[in-house]
Amino acid sequence: MGPITLLSAVDPVWATLLSPELASRMQFGWTISVHIIFASLSIGLAPFIIYFTWKDVRTNEQRYARLRSFWVKVFAAGFVMGTVIGIPMSFQFGTNFPQFAEVAGELIGGPLAFEAKMAFFLEAVFLGVLLYGRDRVEDRTYVISSVLVGFGAWLSGFWILIVNAWMQTPQGYEMVTRNGMEVAKLTDPFAAFLTPRMPWMYVHMMNASVIAVALLVAGVSAYIVWKKPDTEAWNTALKLAVVLLIISAPFQAVHGDAYGRHVEDTQPQKFAAMEAHYETGQADLHLLAFPKSPEALTDPRAENLVTVSLPAVGSFLASGGDFDAEVIGLNEYEENPPVALVFWSFRFMVGLGFLFIGLALWGGYLMYRGRLSDSTRYLKAMIAASPFGYAALLTGWYVTEIGRQPWVIQDELKTSEAVSSMLTGGEATLTLVGFVVLYVGLMLTALYILKWLIREELQSLGVRESSGGRWHGPIPWVSSDD
Amino acid sequence: MTDPLLPVDAYLVESLPEIWFGAVLFALGMYVVLDGFDFGIGMLYATRTDERERETFLAAFGPVWDANEVWVVAFGTMLLAAFPRVYSRLLADNYLLALGFVVALVFRGLGPELREQRDDERWKRSADYAFVGGSVFAPLLLGMLAGRWLFGGATLPVALTGVGLVAVSIVTGAAFLAAKTEPGLASELRAYGIGATLAYFAGVVVLLGTVVLTDAGGAANAVLSLPVAAVVALSVAVGLSGSVLARRGQYRAWLASALALPTLLTILVAILLYPTIYPPTGLLVREAVVSPLALNLVTVLGFPVLLLVLWYFKFLYGVFSGPIEGESYGG
Repeated sequence: MGPITLLSAVDPVWATLLSPELASRMQFGWTISVHIIFASLSIGLAPFIIYFTWKDVRTNEQRYARLRSFWVKVFAAGFVMGTVIGIPMSFQFGTNFPQFAEVAGELIGGPLAFEAKMAFFLEAVFLGVLLYGRDRVEDRTYVISSVLVGFGAWLSGFWILIVNAWMQTPQGYEMVTRNGMEVAKLTDPFAAFLTPRMPWMYVHMMNASVIAVALLVAGVSAYIVWKKPDTEAWNTALKLAVVLLIISAPFQAVHGDAYGRHVEDTQPQKFAAMEAHYETGQADLHLLAFPKSPEALTDPRAENLVTVSLPAVGSFLASGGDFDAEVIGLNEYEENPPVALVFWSFRFMVGLGFLFIGLALWGGYLMYRGRLSDSTRYLKAMIAASPFGYAALLTGWYVTEIGRQPWVIQDELKTSEAVSSMLTGGEATLTLVGFVVLYVGLMLTALYILKWLIREELQSLGVRESSGGRWHGPIPWVSSDD
Repeated sequence: MTDPLLPVDAYLVESLPEIWFGAVLFALGMYVVLDGFDFGIGMLYATRTDERERETFLAAFGPVWDANEVWVVAFGTMLLAAFPRVYSRLLADNYLLALGFVVALVFRGLGPELREQRDDERWKRSADYAFVGGSVFAPLLLGMLAGRWLFGGATLPVALTGVGLVAVSIVTGAAFLAAKTEPGLASELRAYGIGATLAYFAGVVVLLGTVVLTDAGGAANAVLSLPVAAVVALSVAVGLSGSVLARRGQYRAWLASALALPTLLTILVAILLYPTIYPPTGLLVREAVVSPLALNLVTVLGFPVLLLVLWYFKFLYGVFSGPIEGESYGG
């Protein structure tokens, strides 16, 4: 084939730039990062969509119709983006990590197939009804469609995380030889589906999605309320998002703390990387850490960090009550994950988590005083915070995924052994570049769509783009357009 | 350890591996049939310059394309669940083809989605290019992938399989649109549909002839078998009668017969594969299949759901049956 031959010719050049393994890992990591943004948008928006649809049909109030129509459009755009990005992903196990697909196929294939059949179809079919069927189905069917779409989104996460949790804490299988290769054979479906990690991961990820979307909805609502304070619809949306944040943000901290102990029990190496804990022994808890020098950014160790630490509390937390407990250090292992990425990602995620709790408490206080939409400072803070939920969600995901390297299946299969042996550096680099360019374009487009939807909404609320008054603040992305 | 509900060492029924071979190809067939007409609409879209007609085309497949597309994921994951080695070899051996196909799907899916976001001529034109380009390349590359699956590296049969899938997609797309649009537009579309039917036959004849002459992928004997002859004869009968129905203006009947073409094509793929499942390696269905417990599990959990999914589709197509009206987006 022409293009493939052409590629082979320049392959030695590209191969020196990126190995197939590194390029495949970057490609998968990049693809899944973008996919997660849209997948969690569906998960987090689902409760809003169901609520608005139900209220709209039941009360016939204008504000719910307005909110439903707006957020269903966002949901649809997000779902389409998620789908178009998710389909390449479902093939990347085969194209880039065929050894993994073959070794784990019997364990991961079932849940992935269930995801497609039980969840993905449900979402796609009833989203069609939700988007185009308002005048074609009865009210009740319409509300049920919204519930099914939301249920599909949450069920989808369930099956996907069964697969991921199995890779973190694999069980319910034995290794056998099939067609001359060592592969995992399913021996106990219950054990394989309900791994120790599964409940932790599911609760943490679903709640993270709720937080991320609550912040997004709060940010968009705050922006519109800021421009048009007397809009009943968007005041309702703002209040709803803040209430959701008040519930979900503190819960994530409590849950995350217990989750950390579970990680220490099941993946001590990852836990050590999260704390950059090298020597086995008593562990401190670093509440805050700053690098002393640029090298400390790429190689965080106690001696080259300025930290605010609680001595021995790391041991206390890891063991669930013993200050002297021994925590295994990274020096015990032959190969470690990229510690810096895990260490800083973890700090970034936790720091943002506390920021969200602060915003939730602040919002709760204002709501109690009945001044939620009057506080310009709070509105501005929520606008600024709207992308941070995603930042926390992604960095949390990096802790989980990068933290388990060099293993793709913990203690069973290394990532380096899972990569395609047929793949050349040239092919892998070409597709990596392609996916990066394509998905950057997609994300920009998604942001533009959100921007247009907001602008349209403002216009229909009667806000003039060039109007002055109280709202003439510097908002280039609305006022400068056209 | 032992699960009392499911046999661990034996398949629920003796022929379960073959049933799963059929199930995987059924999912592929559903995809080729359903998303096939979406691709056809995308290609025929390029022949329209009138804005209203273009919007009619988009409205025709708007509510259903997303659901149609999920069948390719169902196919991929079912293949992984039952035949992991075939899944990994097929995709790893055809790296650029497989990723090219999914990238084409990205463009096909996004084009219409983006188009309606903005009332701006240049914006709409770019979205249209994405839509049409994706609709051409997705079936072409998917067909080539199927060709590589069947015939290995043989260039001409692989290319012809791709072209064949493009042609058959145009047939189903034209029939679907004709059944849903006004008579004037429909009679224009049927000309494309009939032309594509003839092109498809020409392609299949050349393809099978080439395979027999060159024994591409060692498939010559399989091609000369009675079942293949029966499927080909049936395709010709269906295609010709479809063209007659189209000329008479019986578009719903034409649609039914048009949808039989990609169905028969998938059956042809199944016949050419079996009893091997990945001819380039000579791997047999029984050798590639997962162990009994795993297969029993996906059967017991998966098959009832598959029936439910078929019911959803019946419901979905029921809701959006009939001629296209002024559809509005977002309810």
